[in-house]
Amino acid sequence: MAKLRQIAFYGKGGIGKSTTSQNTLAALSDLGQKILIVGCDPKADSTRLILHAKAQDTILSLAAEAGSVEDLELEDVMKIGYKDIRCVESGGPEPGVGCAGRGVITSINFLEENGAYDGVDYVSYDVLGDVVCGGFAMPIRENKAQEIYIVMSGEMMAMYAANNISKGILKYANSGGVRLGGLVCNERQTDKELELAESLAKMLGSRLIHFVPRDNIVQHAELRRMTVLEYAPESKQAGEYRTLAEKIHANAGNGTIPTPITMDQLEDLLMEHGIMKQIDESQVGKKAAEVA
Amino acid sequence: MSMTIDEKKAQNAALIEEVLKAYPEKTAKKRAKHLNVHEEGKPDCGVKSNIKSLPGVMTIRGCAYAGSKGVVWGPIKDMIHISHGPVGCGQYSWAARRNYYIGVTGVDTFVTMQFTSDFQEKDIVFGGDKKLEVIMDEIQDLFPLNKGITVQSECPIGLIGDDIEAVSKKKSKQYDGHTIVPVRCEGFRGVSQSLGHHIANDAIRDWVFDKTEDKRPDFVSTPYDVAIIGDYNIGGDAWSSRILLEEMGLRVIAQWSGDGTIAELENTPKAKLNVLHCYRSMNYISRHMEEKYGVPWVEYNFFGPTKIEESLREIAAHFDDTIKANAEKVIAKYKPLMQAVIDKYRPRLEGKKVMLFVGGLRPRHVIGAYEDLGMEVVGTGYEFGHNDDYQRTTHYVKDGTLIYDDVTGHEFEKFVEKVKPDLVGSGIKEKYVFQKMGVPFRQMHSWDYSGPYHGYDGFAIFARDMDMAISSPIWGLSKTPWKK
Repeated sequence: MAKLRQIAFYGKGGIGKSTTSQNTLAALSDLGQKILIVGCDPKADSTRLILHAKAQDTILSLAAEAGSVEDLELEDVMKIGYKDIRCVESGGPEPGVGCAGRGVITSINFLEENGAYDGVDYVSYDVLGDVVCGGFAMPIRENKAQEIYIVMSGEMMAMYAANNISKGILKYANSGGVRLGGLVCNERQTDKELELAESLAKMLGSRLIHFVPRDNIVQHAELRRMTVLEYAPESKQAGEYRTLAEKIHANAGNGTIPTPITMDQLEDLLMEHGIMKQIDESQVGKKAAEVA
Repeated sequence: MSMTIDEKKAQNAALIEEVLKAYPEKTAKKRAKHLNVHEEGKPDCGVKSNIKSLPGVMTIRGCAYAGSKGVVWGPIKDMIHISHGPVGCGQYSWAARRNYYIGVTGVDTFVTMQFTSDFQEKDIVFGGDKKLEVIMDEIQDLFPLNKGITVQSECPIGLIGDDIEAVSKKKSKQYDGHTIVPVRCEGFRGVSQSLGHHIANDAIRDWVFDKTEDKRPDFVSTPYDVAIIGDYNIGGDAWSSRILLEEMGLRVIAQWSGDGTIAELENTPKAKLNVLHCYRSMNYISRHMEEKYGVPWVEYNFFGPTKIEESLREIAAHFDDTIKANAEKVIAKYKPLMQAVIDKYRPRLEGKKVMLFVGGLRPRHVIGAYEDLGMEVVGTGYEFGHNDDYQRTTHYVKDGTLIYDDVTGHEFEKFVEKVKPDLVGSGIKEKYVFQKMGVPFRQMHSWDYSGPYHGYDGFAIFARDMDMAISSPIWGLSKTPWKK
């Protein structure tokens, strides 16, 4: 058996991480890879397209019911979906209470201790929004994901998040060996999106793995709680995800230690591509009335 | 003992230099500010205090939770204090600090019991507010005679954002205005237990005083009402203090907080005078009562007959001539008894040197009691004192005394090794280190399972205990086998 590959998808909230990752992983399983998806988001929506389910019972909700995580068996938490892809969701508290980060740590420890990673070729972590605390950095720590794929778009805040995530990767890169696998641009149809994504990837010392064009078929599939690979395997979009999957599969060991940039550099990048105008410092903090 | 004061100072200064040599440069520079030789006439002891301890030095300090639960709230006997968080903090502070109390434990008083929410992983992840509600319901069910509940926050509570204030308000309303006090004394706050005292004082202000005004309209005042503030009744200290005030004709309406009740706390703003023993842990609430309710406060010291006399006169000075005359009668009554104690022990203790390291009050307060026995305190320092404590210390210590703030394991050991005192007074963590060095030792937090030490009765016990430690024949029998 080939060596276990652990990858993780990070990116700004709402960027399409879960959709991109599930479609890509479905394509990987078409390549004959045995896959485990670990959802690390309290919303627990990382596996719904694979399972055709609204939301899977999460490790943490089951643990709370049973008393503690030690009372659970692996079979209780793991569901099998499209092409035998194994799915688990970490879950977590309602918004505004408790500590979701600790939940991620608890869940991943549980999965490791109970042999959830045995007999799979890929473990993929789908992690919420930004790396807000240590718990959400768990998948990039030592002996977890070797490659991180950052899903982004040509929007300023998505690029800002990508840069922040790179900082998180850098922090653990030297001690734990985690690498930035590359950026995946999920097209938002912003101006000069491809160029911008390529430039950002370059500045981060990485590369743009794939530019996934926008296609409504993704939404059509999602409404049926399916991946495009399953819903319309012959479609052009399914082909895009297959290409992305092949690129990721071929990318083993090619990850880099990212070189995060400053906010100023990021703004310069936007100006370079004409997305943002040069800021006139004399205008900063002026109200509309004053400017007029 | 024929050393001149200047020689002594030079020797102590050299000792500090020597002790600092063991540290890396940066540490030595920082620790140097906490060590000094006292110069008479200076406004304080010349040390920095209330600053974060350095990593790796083995500080003796505790945490904010220890200050709130262990010191201020824990002794209030008819309330139930929940150690809110994982089990360890409550478990290891179980049974409190020998805060004696009267009552039937588990029925109407609860000091030596442990109540904890025993946080599990799921409580961290999902939050503990619901569990806290269940605990409060269970408390009301199982201990119907409790007069109130406090929530003593352990570290995780502040990290996971639990809303213990909302839970407390909700449950208080549900139980007809039952006093429920959330205390944000998470252990990581501040540099020592001192901030825990302050937080606990503020919680009394916000959740007892401000919520319970006019709760006790039946209270009948007298002109002689006083409240004892900052006596935790260790080994019965507050009792041997209270009787002296009562013999003077004063009425003690509250004890804060040893053997104290929530009703006493609520009544305290009606006192004519607050008499404050532990300044460090309860000056905050005393100042508040002065500002808001106009209750003056006076510090006193009931260690040893000299200080007791001074203090009784000072307290009496706030009242009329009857009380002043009574104070003299009390002093006169106990004088021969105290003389008998001194006559018995002083010959055996005369000239003995003592080194102290205690919390925030005793490093200065007990000096007079030792001096009454002819002993000399040659070194002292506070775990968590502030600069105002070091200012007050100047009234007690002699010129040339060695001063060490937040002393480290290394410093304390070296100081004792070189100064060779006849007695060290500190805590349980220090006790066996020095006893193994062959130095007599008394625990000055818990009175080494003895006490009381406050008041005239306490002095007799204090004198006996110090004599017992120093004059024990055991020290003549201990030989180091490899040093022969």
